[in-house]
Amino acid sequence: MKLLALQRRMAQAVMTPLTPSERMRNVSPRGRSMRAEAASFIKPNDRLTSFERLEIYNRQYWFRIFSALAEDFPGLRAVLGDRSFDALSKAYLCDCPSTSFTLRNLGGKLEGWLRKHPRYGGTRQKLAIDMVRLEWADIEAFDGASVPALKTEDLAGANPATLRLRLQPYVQLLDLRYPVDDLLLAVKGKNKDDEDFASNAFNEKHRRKRVAAVARLKPADIFLVVHRVDTWVYFRRVEREEFTILSALRAGKTLGRSIDAAFRGSSIPVEERAQNVAQWFHNWAALGWFCLSEK
Amino acid sequence: MPANRFNNFTDYGIGIGLRATHYDHILTRKPVVDWFEIISENFMVDGGRPLEILDRILEQYRVVQHGVSMYFGSADKIDREHLRRLKTLVKRTKTPWVSDHLCWGSVDGRYTHDLLPMPYTFEAAKVTAQKVREVRDFLEVPVVVENVSSYAEFHVSEMTEWEFLNEVVERADCGILLDVNNIYVSSQNHSFDPQRYVDSIPAERVAQMHIAGHSKYRKYILDTHDHPVIDPVWKLYDRAIQRIGHTATLLEWDDSIPSFNEVHDEALKANKFLASSALATAV
Repeated sequence: MKLLALQRRMAQAVMTPLTPSERMRNVSPRGRSMRAEAASFIKPNDRLTSFERLEIYNRQYWFRIFSALAEDFPGLRAVLGDRSFDALSKAYLCDCPSTSFTLRNLGGKLEGWLRKHPRYGGTRQKLAIDMVRLEWADIEAFDGASVPALKTEDLAGANPATLRLRLQPYVQLLDLRYPVDDLLLAVKGKNKDDEDFASNAFNEKHRRKRVAAVARLKPADIFLVVHRVDTWVYFRRVEREEFTILSALRAGKTLGRSIDAAFRGSSIPVEERAQNVAQWFHNWAALGWFCLSEK
Repeated sequence: MPANRFNNFTDYGIGIGLRATHYDHILTRKPVVDWFEIISENFMVDGGRPLEILDRILEQYRVVQHGVSMYFGSADKIDREHLRRLKTLVKRTKTPWVSDHLCWGSVDGRYTHDLLPMPYTFEAAKVTAQKVREVRDFLEVPVVVENVSSYAEFHVSEMTEWEFLNEVVERADCGILLDVNNIYVSSQNHSFDPQRYVDSIPAERVAQMHIAGHSKYRKYILDTHDHPVIDPVWKLYDRAIQRIGHTATLLEWDDSIPSFNEVHDEALKANKFLASSALATAV
């Protein structure tokens, strides 16, 4: 058997989902006996059959990628509950196996996939989508690129009608239907507590609290910037108008057009707008969110 | 053979893996450590905390890069984005050599994120060696390959694992990262004499060594890197050092990681064997 053919066969077996009891399936995806499939390319030894040797890799594969996804999406797990999260993970990873050299990118297609498969979000689909978006933004903000921030002198003589400001690549903008930022912070805090207190009773009490928190979460539009300061990721809620300006700038619009777009239909009194804009830009610049556009 | 062309003529001593759980200890206490090994993929990012931490480590320590997903043995072509990011990191760390595993793990662009065993065939050796050469030529630093632990063997194999390793490194003209724990684990899983493996290695090609702990199950051993090194592995390490000479050595501890001092103390046990090797050389 040639190298490529062998690797295709082994990878297909290794990536076949496990049984509910976390063992290798008896039937391969092509309908062949998995025992016969394993025996066709793997030698048995005096302690393990070909099937059992292949099963070691099959189980390692699924344990590794389940664990990686759960680590990256603790908020989604809290929203869906353990059983539904496990079902979602299995279905997602079957449809979207890793195509990157790094597990960091494993959840990169989860939002799009979940939108196409709403049954995995169940009655909490919208909440689940918001949480996935936030958790992926968290990953992107954590290790996204940063470039030298804009300095005041860079803007000397700039014309707002033509000036294009660029946002730092690590800055993530989210318009959300649920206040999932609070929930994720609570979940992460809870997970930290779990590491500190290994007691089952303690964990169960907190699990119930978490479920209660999710059940109480009501829809409420929020606009969020996920960014970082001194390498730590923060969630910053902003006004709708702020969000519109930042989104327009990210889309490459000029400063003037971005500000115009922000106040279309805005309830902020006209006389307060200039002062608001000045304050927002002051805050954003202080956080180092801007760099000069290359356009 | 402390310094050779495969480790860029360096003479590193005993190092440990740089792990997030030890960052605070290292950055605040600044312990004396000869060198750290980093998992390249953890730092092949665009910015943020990983690179900030790495830069602070680089200010005070020597760092060597160790990869887990180049998959020299995959029939797939090399991922150019992976290579580009790896080279960017090589420039940042100034690593004297780069290591990755003699294994495969991806096919048709899908990644298993595991170190899957090679079929020991001449075709596989040729494909693997060609990729090692490509990577080395692109990175412009020595590339060394590490033997992996394995739990399966293939019918198509035409040679032993150590013959395959030798075939690859000769064809690629590259160095070896000799993992004595992996030799021990595979010897138990496949019933071969680990000393024979060690004795067959071209000593002049060994750039670095790994030691680690593992987990024993009823019918097989798993390479889990979550325990101290066991005596039979130390004995194998001793044998390797006697043959190869004083070699840069790294303890891997990746799961259930204890305190920094516990990990470092475990690694420093290698000193006993390195010292006896040095004494033997002097005599």
